[in-house]
Amino acid sequence: MKIPQEKVALQLAAVGYIPDRDLATALWLMESLKRPLLLEGEAGVGKTEVARALALAYDTKLIRLQCYEGLDQSAALYEWNYQRQLLAIKAREGTDASAVEEHIFSEAYLLERPLLAAIRQSKPPVLLIDEVDRADEEFEAFLLELLSDFQVSIPELGTITATTIPRVILTSNGTRELSDALRRRCLYHYVDYPDVDREARIILSRLPGIDSGLALQIATMVSLIRKEDLRKSPGVAETLDWAATLAGLEIRHLRDEPESVHETLMCLIKTAEDKSRMTREVSDRLLGKVA
Amino acid sequence: MSMAQASENPLGAGARTKLNGFSRILRDNGFVVGLAETRDALTIMSSGDAIRPSRLRPSLKALLCSRQSDWQKFDEIFDAYWLSRGMKSATRISGAPQKSPSGLQTLSAGQRGFGESDHADHVERGEGSEVSETGRSKREGASKTEILSRTDFRHLTQPEDLAAAHELAERLAKSMRARLTRRMHARRSGQRLDLRRTIHKSIAHGGTPLELIRRKRKDKPLRLVVLLDASGSMNLYSAVFLRFMHGVLDSFREAEAFVFHTRLIHISPALKERDPQRAMERMSLLAQGTGGGTRIGESLATFNRWHAKRCIHSRTCVMIVSDGYDTGPAENLGVEMQALRRRCRRIAWLNPMIGWQGYAPEAAGMKAALPYIDLFAPAHNLESLKSLEPYLARI
Repeated sequence: MKIPQEKVALQLAAVGYIPDRDLATALWLMESLKRPLLLEGEAGVGKTEVARALALAYDTKLIRLQCYEGLDQSAALYEWNYQRQLLAIKAREGTDASAVEEHIFSEAYLLERPLLAAIRQSKPPVLLIDEVDRADEEFEAFLLELLSDFQVSIPELGTITATTIPRVILTSNGTRELSDALRRRCLYHYVDYPDVDREARIILSRLPGIDSGLALQIATMVSLIRKEDLRKSPGVAETLDWAATLAGLEIRHLRDEPESVHETLMCLIKTAEDKSRMTREVSDRLLGKVA
Repeated sequence: MSMAQASENPLGAGARTKLNGFSRILRDNGFVVGLAETRDALTIMSSGDAIRPSRLRPSLKALLCSRQSDWQKFDEIFDAYWLSRGMKSATRISGAPQKSPSGLQTLSAGQRGFGESDHADHVERGEGSEVSETGRSKREGASKTEILSRTDFRHLTQPEDLAAAHELAERLAKSMRARLTRRMHARRSGQRLDLRRTIHKSIAHGGTPLELIRRKRKDKPLRLVVLLDASGSMNLYSAVFLRFMHGVLDSFREAEAFVFHTRLIHISPALKERDPQRAMERMSLLAQGTGGGTRIGESLATFNRWHAKRCIHSRTCVMIVSDGYDTGPAENLGVEMQALRRRCRRIAWLNPMIGWQGYAPEAAGMKAALPYIDLFAPAHNLESLKSLEPYLARI
């Protein structure tokens, strides 16, 4: 018998996301405890990708709410379609006022936003609340209420209770400290850069044509670069870009082509300061450590 | 935790007690663990899927951690508690969890007196400060405060003097904040028409936009990040500044506090405790090892790497309180100061030594840091702290 964590890991691996054991456990707990999962970690470690893979693995919809400063209920939850309401009023001028009112506050005039959409699906979707730290504190409080009750009250329409409880994933980049209440409500997982072995597997699963030896070399090289004190460490997406570039150049061994390796490092390095730090000497030294 | 929930559980009493103790230790280490979490932890433990520690750990980790610092500490605490591995280190991290709660309470109950006695009073003063500016009578009455506020912290040895200094620091922090918020209200600008809301409102008037809804720019309150040097050379000053930081955290809507000596410690959570005595207690548990050498450069590097992104936004003032004696290499400090400079709005460096006669910033670390500092000011007495107030208001 397989333990459930491993099942989750296998399901995710089947759709191209290689989780580590901790993450698989967290995802399984999320399923069994019905709690939202809060993912934190550096930019580019694949936080958003978790939600995408989860939706694929469960074969369900991914509903995404991108948070930003000033995000409010009307953009996140629901809104009345004012223009259509106005038109309806004009069109029915002269008829019974209460009938008009009943008409314009019906479902047909309701605009669903991500949060409302997420609780009205027939099959539980994956709700991704991306970069929740960018939203304001007031919104966070509102979110907390929604995440515990899973119902929404619309004054004109009444209370809408969730038909299914979505699987909720929140991500945060740490630009603002989240409230303790929200953190407590969620399971927590800190997404770190993958280790060499896992990163090699990620490369292999995303670029099936690549030589497995090369994938391992690339993963090793990237992990060495991350240890260099760079301003912006390369994320997994950058690694994949670089791997695709090297595969495109038909390079077999990184050590054989130090020239092209150094030239293509721009896939990984994103600031001028890091670029000046990553000289040819440095890249050659790191290459020397790659087996 | 609730007994009713626990008794429903098929788990043995021994396991429940053990889990209970674990969540208590976690709480002592600053984890936020509530009833619901303990209940869910019980569910996990009784589910049978997590019998072995190797499987239990990731489950409990996901459930009980709520921030990165928790995440980093968890494994060590877990191993110490459940596998009795490195038990000594466990008690060190947790600050003797079994004994301390009762000890803490008696301590704070005994000494609460001076912290609290005047609390309601200075809240009032904070609000009425603009009146007393012109009235003046209050100021003259407080002659003892005046004397105190000019004494160098070094000469404050009487406990009651120290307490008074602490209170003054708190009050200063409060008045600083009051002035800042007033300023910001006056500066509201950037009004634009909010079309959606205007149309919404116009429905009531049959589609004629009678009421115009405007959009106001959101005010960003000033955020103060204080980094306090708690090394041996700063010993005489750090206690007073800790109290000052407590006042700052208590009264600023957004503030963060750090202490550094050989490493950097985030002490905001501990200082958020309302009761100053309790806060100091929690703090001293966190900041064990204070009073050793200083590695300013390294501590700043830690700050830049792990905390800066979260703590610093466009209206942040970083206040470093240190004498600038760095045992690490000075270039290091320069590089980190430069990095910090790029991120924040202002850097103020308060140096208690400036107050001494004939002082010049000779320390190598201080020299390296100077080019990146906006304000280099003395902080040897409370008067000098007070003089910072108008400067902060201009940021």
